[in-house]
Amino acid sequence: MSAADVFKPFLLKVDQVTDEAPDVKTLRLVFADEREGEDFTFRTGQFGEYSVFGEGECTFCIASPPTRRGYIECTFRKAGRVTSALAGLEPGETIGFRGPYGNVFPIQEWEKKNLLFIAGGIALPPMRSVIWNVLDLRDRYRDITIIYGARTVADLVYKRELAEWAGRPDVKVITTVDPGGETADWQGKIGFVPTVLDKAAPASRDTVAVVCGPPIMIKFTFPVLARLGFAPENVFTTLENRMKCGVGKCGRCNVGKYFVCKDGPVFTFAQLKGMPQEY
Amino acid sequence: MEMEIRSTDREALAKLFAQWRAEGKRILAPKKSGDKIDFAPVTSLDEVSLDQVQTVQSPKTAVFPRVEELFSFSSMDGRVEIRERDPAAVPRTVIFGLRPCDAAAFSSLAAIFTWDYPDSLFSARLAATAVVGVSCSRADEFCFCTSLGGGPGATTGSDILLTAAGGGAYLAEIVSEKGRQLVAGAGGLFQPAMAKNKESFLAKVDVAFDRDKIGPALAALFEDTAFWAEQSLRCLGCGACAYVCPTCACFDIQDEGGVSGKRLRCWDSCGFGLFTLHTSGHNPRPLQSQRWRQRLMHKFAYMPERQQVLGCVGCGRCSRACPVDMNILEHLRAVAEAKP
Amino acid sequence: METLRNKARELLASKTVRVVIGYGRGSAGGARAVFIRDPRHADGLIFDGTCLQNLAVYLMKPEVRQLGKAALVATPHALRTILQLAAENQLPDHELLALAVTAAGDVVPLATFSAIEAHVAALNADLSADEKAELRRYEAMGLEQRRTFWEEQFSRCLKCYACRAACPLCYCSRCTVECNQPQWIPVPAHDLGNLEWNVMRAMHLAGRCVNCGDCSRACPVGIPLYLLNQELIANVFADFGFRSGLAAKSENAMSTFKPNDPEDFIR
Repeated sequence: MSAADVFKPFLLKVDQVTDEAPDVKTLRLVFADEREGEDFTFRTGQFGEYSVFGEGECTFCIASPPTRRGYIECTFRKAGRVTSALAGLEPGETIGFRGPYGNVFPIQEWEKKNLLFIAGGIALPPMRSVIWNVLDLRDRYRDITIIYGARTVADLVYKRELAEWAGRPDVKVITTVDPGGETADWQGKIGFVPTVLDKAAPASRDTVAVVCGPPIMIKFTFPVLARLGFAPENVFTTLENRMKCGVGKCGRCNVGKYFVCKDGPVFTFAQLKGMPQEY
Repeated sequence: MEMEIRSTDREALAKLFAQWRAEGKRILAPKKSGDKIDFAPVTSLDEVSLDQVQTVQSPKTAVFPRVEELFSFSSMDGRVEIRERDPAAVPRTVIFGLRPCDAAAFSSLAAIFTWDYPDSLFSARLAATAVVGVSCSRADEFCFCTSLGGGPGATTGSDILLTAAGGGAYLAEIVSEKGRQLVAGAGGLFQPAMAKNKESFLAKVDVAFDRDKIGPALAALFEDTAFWAEQSLRCLGCGACAYVCPTCACFDIQDEGGVSGKRLRCWDSCGFGLFTLHTSGHNPRPLQSQRWRQRLMHKFAYMPERQQVLGCVGCGRCSRACPVDMNILEHLRAVAEAKP
Repeated sequence: METLRNKARELLASKTVRVVIGYGRGSAGGARAVFIRDPRHADGLIFDGTCLQNLAVYLMKPEVRQLGKAALVATPHALRTILQLAAENQLPDHELLALAVTAAGDVVPLATFSAIEAHVAALNADLSADEKAELRRYEAMGLEQRRTFWEEQFSRCLKCYACRAACPLCYCSRCTVECNQPQWIPVPAHDLGNLEWNVMRAMHLAGRCVNCGDCSRACPVGIPLYLLNQELIANVFADFGFRSGLAAKSENAMSTFKPNDPEDFIR
């Protein structure tokens, strides 16, 4: 083990850059060392620390599923110093990656159940990994429903994949934009995600819900799920606290006795209720 | 195995210093700097100050420096190379003259740095550091080690604990294997024990509160925003308390130097407004009262629950260093006595 | 002190102010800031030689501002700070009651900036004789010796920002060190970061600092920050004839341009 082992990143090369939405990009990354890439495994829900050498590190979930090997992906909005540097990368450039860190979506426990995925805006990336993971193992799960919304049509990320999911007979996809965010040719719903969820009224029996979104969306979504009969143990989310080390040492992501980087980022609503509301 | 007790004296300790120096060891000890006394590298016993109750800063810098290089990197022609630090290159160090509270603090630091993913930089430094403590013949109103299970003559965390017995003589308790090795390598500098009662040389520090009550009391007070607002009104949100503290270990990671440079780890504090600030502008702890509450909760409730160790040793440094007199002992008493 | 306590009781009981910010007895016989809201707690107010902290720092703390209209037990330094904050548009007039305490223990209520100006005009705003003597000794060090002096001093700096926190004029909601695009001042407490931080802070206070000394008292490791500030105070007076904290409307010496500026590089 080397001196900085827990802080030493893998070297990854940018393979592909995709513009998802204004200021939102996806990077497809491959390991510079092929053998490291072959040995690298992760489980859905986990995150990493992506770094631009000289600028710093940034925390994103791994947005690609573990069922697809040979690369990992991350999706981010250009917002600060490191994301601005990441947004300026071209294919062939090298970044650092530490991970995989954190806990996982317990998808084995979800087998034979219905799955309901609810996401808003830039929070679809943490869910993309688990959605593709379960779709790649489709016959282990019953009904799969995806409800996704953004402020405007332009802000919807993974447009191509949304279309692909919607085109599948074994997935139900409801896409929505906020009132006023629709374009003239918009075919999807118009309304805030919690409202659309309420109208869709998916069944809660034998169903697991995964909710990712800005705090305001979560705040209004959970009561709807509760009304529909979802127990808090069956509603999962990911917390996105400020992180630095990713390995439970620097103290930044500490919420009560939990570390988002170690006990999360995946939490059930039942767990959230037992935590100080400091996230 | 029963702890071995020996004796020594100032003259022998001065020779021990010379021996450590000859072995290439770095000696960190309390040293006068202007009108402050702080840990600094010393070469002789004469430079060491032992009459103070406590130093300004803790000796945690020996295992958790203020600034530490994690690795360096260089980019050329699109290739990036990472050069790591050699763990064997940490300086072999003796910390001399720290108090029993400081010695006890190393287990809190180790709990943070070695749990789950082991931090090999910290572990290398800890392994290369020997701790020769000196027990306390004096205490002041800021000390509260006994309230947290420590004491002015406690041996936990020291490899050797010296107790001044008058006339330049010292009782020496050989606490650990590292301590035994120091003694074994010291020739005749450690003599058989004297027939002296250690307790008679120690300061008296009364227990101020029941430490088993603090965790539950804090949990019950969590939602009492008025309590935390009152306690923290004069707090100005600097990092002095965290930085002088022997158990505070929160850190930041910063890249410097451009495309060919270094990744550094440096101290950080949960008291700063920016500590939990998201890039989006959302801050889970936007008020100073919430950050003050976090300090106490983390040290007295979360760490014990998670890592089975307290995040405080009762050294009182934070209270002494605070520019606005946030006296942690006073605040803990208030917690213990509060009716939520 | 009884005069002060009575005044506080009266102000709170009549709801003229919602809070009296003053000094109370603290640890080890020192003083600490207290925020008296209940007239029955006015007994806790003290005013003696231990009361050095510049309480004006709390006028910029949101949690204290929220308490409502305040009376502030104000040392001469605090009074000058109030005027400097006013000059920088940080405090509105007529919303703060400053309570100056004379050597005899009398309380002089100053309810407007012009009242504070009149009171401050009678005080000596220059460095004291002792301070000037120490400054001359400092200046007698040649530049190389001074550089070595500060390198040694700053090697002990922890970047705890106690100096910034204690200073009433360091009120920026986003300090220069908290900017990372670009990272003007390195975050880690290494020699370069420490030098840049302390020099930058001194420069940002040039022409503003009222020499209250809180930064130096706050520094846990005892760096004589006041030498930097006092040298700049002396320089600003020598170059511009300007002293801070004397008027509620004044121009900042370091950021005001006048067309008749003698320097021709700026034309």
